Amino acid sequence: MTEATPLSTLGRESWRVRKAHESMLFATVERVLRNPLGLLAVCGLLIILMATLGAGLLSQYSPTDQAYRGAARYLAPSLDHPFGTDNVRRDMFSRTLFGLRNSLAVSLAAVIFGSLAGISLGFISGYAGGWTDAIMMRFVDAMLAFPGLLAAMAILTILGTGLVNLAIAIAVFNIPAFARLSRAQVLVEKNRDYVFASQAIGAGPARIIFRHISRNAVPPLLTQVALAINSAIILAAALSFLGLGEKPPEPSLGSLLNDAKSHLREAWWMAVFPAAAMAFLLLCLNFLADAVNEATSPYARRKV
Amino acid sequence: MIAFVLRRLLQGIPVLVLASVAVFLILRLVPGDPAVSLAGPDATPDQVAQIRQQLGLDDSLPVQYARWVGQLARGDLGSSIRGIEVSRLLKDSMPSTIELAIAAYLFAIAVGIPLGVMAGANPRSGWDWALSLFTLMSIGIPSFLTGILLLWVFGVELGWFPTSGRISLFSNPGASIEHLILPAYALGGNLAAVLGRYTRTSVAEIMGQDFIRTAKSKGLAQHAVIIRHALRNALVPVITITALQIGAVLAGAVVIEQVFTRPGMGRLIVEAIQNRDYVVVQSTLIVLVVIFVVVNLSADLAYGFLDPRIRRR
Repeated sequence: MTEATPLSTLGRESWRVRKAHESMLFATVERVLRNPLGLLAVCGLLIILMATLGAGLLSQYSPTDQAYRGAARYLAPSLDHPFGTDNVRRDMFSRTLFGLRNSLAVSLAAVIFGSLAGISLGFISGYAGGWTDAIMMRFVDAMLAFPGLLAAMAILTILGTGLVNLAIAIAVFNIPAFARLSRAQVLVEKNRDYVFASQAIGAGPARIIFRHISRNAVPPLLTQVALAINSAIILAAALSFLGLGEKPPEPSLGSLLNDAKSHLREAWWMAVFPAAAMAFLLLCLNFLADAVNEATSPYARRKV
Repeated sequence: MIAFVLRRLLQGIPVLVLASVAVFLILRLVPGDPAVSLAGPDATPDQVAQIRQQLGLDDSLPVQYARWVGQLARGDLGSSIRGIEVSRLLKDSMPSTIELAIAAYLFAIAVGIPLGVMAGANPRSGWDWALSLFTLMSIGIPSFLTGILLLWVFGVELGWFPTSGRISLFSNPGASIEHLILPAYALGGNLAAVLGRYTRTSVAEIMGQDFIRTAKSKGLAQHAVIIRHALRNALVPVITITALQIGAVLAGAVVIEQVFTRPGMGRLIVEAIQNRDYVVVQSTLIVLVVIFVVVNLSADLAYGFLDPRIRRR
């Protein structure tokens, strides 16, 4: 800040800065970016995000067209086809990028909807207490008792396969963990003075939960969000790998690996590039989860 | 102890009931008339009516549920679209899956626990680094990805192991184990890392306690301290963790079977979903869920048995 700044605006500026710093969400983001691994993860994820969003610009070939511009089967990686071509002459670079895009879209949608549903359930259950809480938590326990993959399979049996249904199945799988964690947060927060104060001025439960408690209860859940995206990507890939995901010829990380499996003898590049893309994505998400965990939990914070 | 066992059994019941209701509802929630979808596209209205009657679809849902559970209890799992009894399909496919799960567990225990013990007893040693590296490699990467890479390197490129199929352990043990090594590594690697981490934490914690110092100061050799004193206490939580991983191992086996083209419950259920063979899906799922709940319950009971302090909670 320069010396010429008038005193009156200085006061206002510093008030604004302080308010931003007091927001737990802002502080968390700042701490994640200060952590070298966190910064690395965010950069890596940004690169992946840009590559998948700009997949159409980066690759001159269509991900689904066969024999596009006269390419041959099983072409080894070259300048023209950086990741080679597959068993039906499709460009693997394009298929990997579009596959990443589909996998990311499914996983992100699933985690966003699943966590919103789970957190709302947990907030309501924890704030209400009593019978509501007991019944809701028994349901959550029953859902947790189901291995995630099998639960997702059961849902896909009912809904049928496809990208949207895959996202729904994974979203449902995310509900119980978020419900349990957010309930635990609310149980702590609801006995704080600020909640009693809001109750005293006549605020209703919805207002208290979503305007007051959520501000303090959500940041600690961010680690779970990062972890959930990680496991959603693995689950989505596993289900697509089993042929329960998107309809061919649409690519995704799982179905690309399934295709590659039968052609390992002829074209290792069909497996290696999608596998590397997936491993890189998961590595970035793992680092991000670690960084968020360090940023939100004072115990996990690095001792420098 | 009896009160503890009864309490745990009672806690398991609502989970089983809710899970079985969920599995039961699969067939009823499928869009359209399940009788029509079961009869197939070429069925006459008479055949559909017959299937409706066979399934008892005209009764109320609770009645249907009660009858379904009764049939399950008697071992009647229904039959597939092609008219094969599901119990026979399961009898053919279960040994392969159980074999794979056991092989994965053996691998995980043989690698994870010794590595965890050495790392826990010698923090910041080479063992500790080896465990960290192993964890990073296996937990970060999903099992089917590991499986494909193993298949490529050791199956296709080097040709050391067969790439697909399964041979019964009883007819030809050597070939059977050869077919199991890669899948067991892919499925068990994750588990080994989890076990290794837990064992390490548990052993490291116990190595700092007074009774270990006493054992050391009376002149016991390091290995005797670890085996006779530390392990006994450290392995109690590890046993629970091992059993609690059964869900992950069963679900993982479904995918790994697909990677190594092994016939098993995974193949059965995936093909059934693709063919919309709902009875097979339903029965296979319920069998998997029962296995899962029973193993979890036994783990809980074993935990209480091994550590009397747990019983009082």
